[in-house]
Amino acid sequence: MVMTPVYKKPKTLRDASMHFCPGCGHGILHKLLAEIIDELGIRERTIGVAPVGCSVVLYDYLDLDISESAHGRAPAVATGISRCLPGAVVFAYQGDGDLASIGTAEVIHAANRGEHYVTVFVNNTIYGMTGGQMAPTTMVGQASTTCPGGRDPETMGNPMRMCEMLSALDSPSLIARVKLDGPAGIRKTRATIKQAFEYQMAGKKFPFVEVLSPCPTHWKPRPGKRWSASARKWRRFSRSRCSVNSACRTGIFCCRGFDGSRLPRPLRSRMKGNLTNVIPAKAGIQEVLA
Amino acid sequence: MGKRVLMNGNEALGEGAIRGGCDCYFGYPITPQNELTAYMAVNMPQREKVFVQAESEVAAINMVYGGAAAGKRAMTSSSSPGISLKQEGISYMAGAQLPGLIVNVQRAGPGLGDIQPSQADYFQAVKGGGHGDYRLLVLAPASVQETHDFAAQSFDLADKYRMPVMILTDGRLGQMMEPFELWEGKIETFDKPWALIGAKGRSGNAIHSYWGQAPGLEIVNLALQEKYRLIEKEEVRFDTYKLDDAELMLVAYGTSARLCREAVDLACADGIKAGLLRPITLWPFPSREISARLARMKKVLTVEMSAGQMVEDVRLAVNGAVPVEFYGRLGGAVMTVREIYEKIKAIA
Ligand SMILES: Cc1ncc(C[n+]2csc(CCOP(=O)(O)OP(=O)(O)O)c2C)c(N)n1
Ligand code: SF4
Ligand SMILES: [Mg+2]
Repeated sequence: MVMTPVYKKPKTLRDASMHFCPGCGHGILHKLLAEIIDELGIRERTIGVAPVGCSVVLYDYLDLDISESAHGRAPAVATGISRCLPGAVVFAYQGDGDLASIGTAEVIHAANRGEHYVTVFVNNTIYGMTGGQMAPTTMVGQASTTCPGGRDPETMGNPMRMCEMLSALDSPSLIARVKLDGPAGIRKTRATIKQAFEYQMAGKKFPFVEVLSPCPTHWKPRPGKRWSASARKWRRFSRSRCSVNSACRTGIFCCRGFDGSRLPRPLRSRMKGNLTNVIPAKAGIQEVLA
Repeated sequence: MGKRVLMNGNEALGEGAIRGGCDCYFGYPITPQNELTAYMAVNMPQREKVFVQAESEVAAINMVYGGAAAGKRAMTSSSSPGISLKQEGISYMAGAQLPGLIVNVQRAGPGLGDIQPSQADYFQAVKGGGHGDYRLLVLAPASVQETHDFAAQSFDLADKYRMPVMILTDGRLGQMMEPFELWEGKIETFDKPWALIGAKGRSGNAIHSYWGQAPGLEIVNLALQEKYRLIEKEEVRFDTYKLDDAELMLVAYGTSARLCREAVDLACADGIKAGLLRPITLWPFPSREISARLARMKKVLTVEMSAGQMVEDVRLAVNGAVPVEFYGRLGGAVMTVREIYEKIKAIA
């Protein structure tokens, strides 16, 4: 009998066992990246930039030319590389602490200059590598080691919405938010990141994909339960439509508390104003969370 | 012989870097180095090279990191407060063994300080500045000609040793105009099999300073130290003036060395046997060169536009053999030749 392979490990994925925790989104995303790069046939002209965070050793898992960057500085490193190698396909892989906190300035200015590289922004609402501290993207009510009582917007602010912030700029050609949740979500993530790479290859500026990704370890699983209460809520809210703006599907990250409660009225209406203001005619945000 | 031109030190540095093969420049405005960024903004694009005004010094040094990782000759320039911001990136470059040129046109500190010239960043340049066990190869020019030449030569040094090189000038050297000869030397080319240019027919290269598993990081550190020992042996540069029959050795670099030369002339005219040793590489420091000349010396005098930073290295080199005196002006003040001459007379 002749056996034909129906599924193979992507060529760009190295033969290494990954250090990620079980259930982590990073491992899935690494594999998706490898598949996309294989499919597009760009392995030999792709250069990756790794962040500081749980995905710091991207170069141990993807068989590409890859540079580490200092915490939050991936946009500057990617700028240096892509300016020097105009024909290359360059991408930066960044966590939410990396991109939305310490590296906020770098990403906003790289976006505004319209740098020619793809951003894969892995938002797991937490600082994974350092042990589960509050990130700028931590949800209201979500507990972490540095907000043990849950994030309180009164003193800690609301979760930063990077897609909305970046879409206020004119240069980015694509701003999308996807989630690594369930087969449909993963398929959409794959398709959207592939689209971002195709944009970059076509010379379009600064394609940016936010990937909502689980961090089971720091979402405080309870022994004996498959998912913590908070993780289950994350899943539920990541599917729910926004209660403030029906065109927006960022509900989990801006309008709702992590415990499912709706935010106080004045806050909601302020955000409503914000939301309609930040979606520009030109770039727009693709929401593929359904 | 190169064509003779007139420029200020900052512009001469930019032209030198371009002649030295600079592929990409990343900068951020700060006085007193702005002429250099402006020079590159005009001249890099004209030669189809990369020029980017970054959003901060932090971003600029990380763009240098990216350019260097791509195998290019990359540089940035700034002045003291901006160099403080670059320290993280400099440490990463040292750790990842990336070549590159960093220029510090020193101004007075601490804090915002002032835009007047200073030499108070010696410690920062020579003793680390960023975190970890690393060194920079630090070149200290004392004229517009040297500023130009060192910029041209710095990329060869950086590529040869795969490490960042710093040119340490100051606001006076950067702003003053002097005629000089354009550098027409030859650039060396270095194979960079480690560079990130796309993994054609090979497995992927990685540029990183993270070494999660022991003993990797200690091995990397030991290799760095071995490289630094080699540089200490091979790359020390210094200059002397009337030192052969001197009994008082002045030690000074950059702007203060220029002033010391004139003070030495005044002293010699008075019959005082003074001479000057001018370190050109601040790291590697010419320690052996100083200690080898102590036999005839009665005293050593270090002159700096700081509270006394290089004098610590001079004292280590002298190691108690003769007294080491110090004269310095602080906070952007530049000493006069007369002041140095008076100090010489007082201690001779
Ligand atoms: C300058 C600096 N500050 C702090 C750290 C410590 N640190 C390492 S990873 C990290 C946060 C990572 O979080 P994120 O970017 O969300 O990535 P994740 O691990 O969640 O994927 C921090 C703060 C560092 N390495 N460098
Ligand atoms: S800590 Fe979180 S982000 Fe890091 S590997 Fe574990 S699950 Fe993934
Ligand atoms: Mg995170």
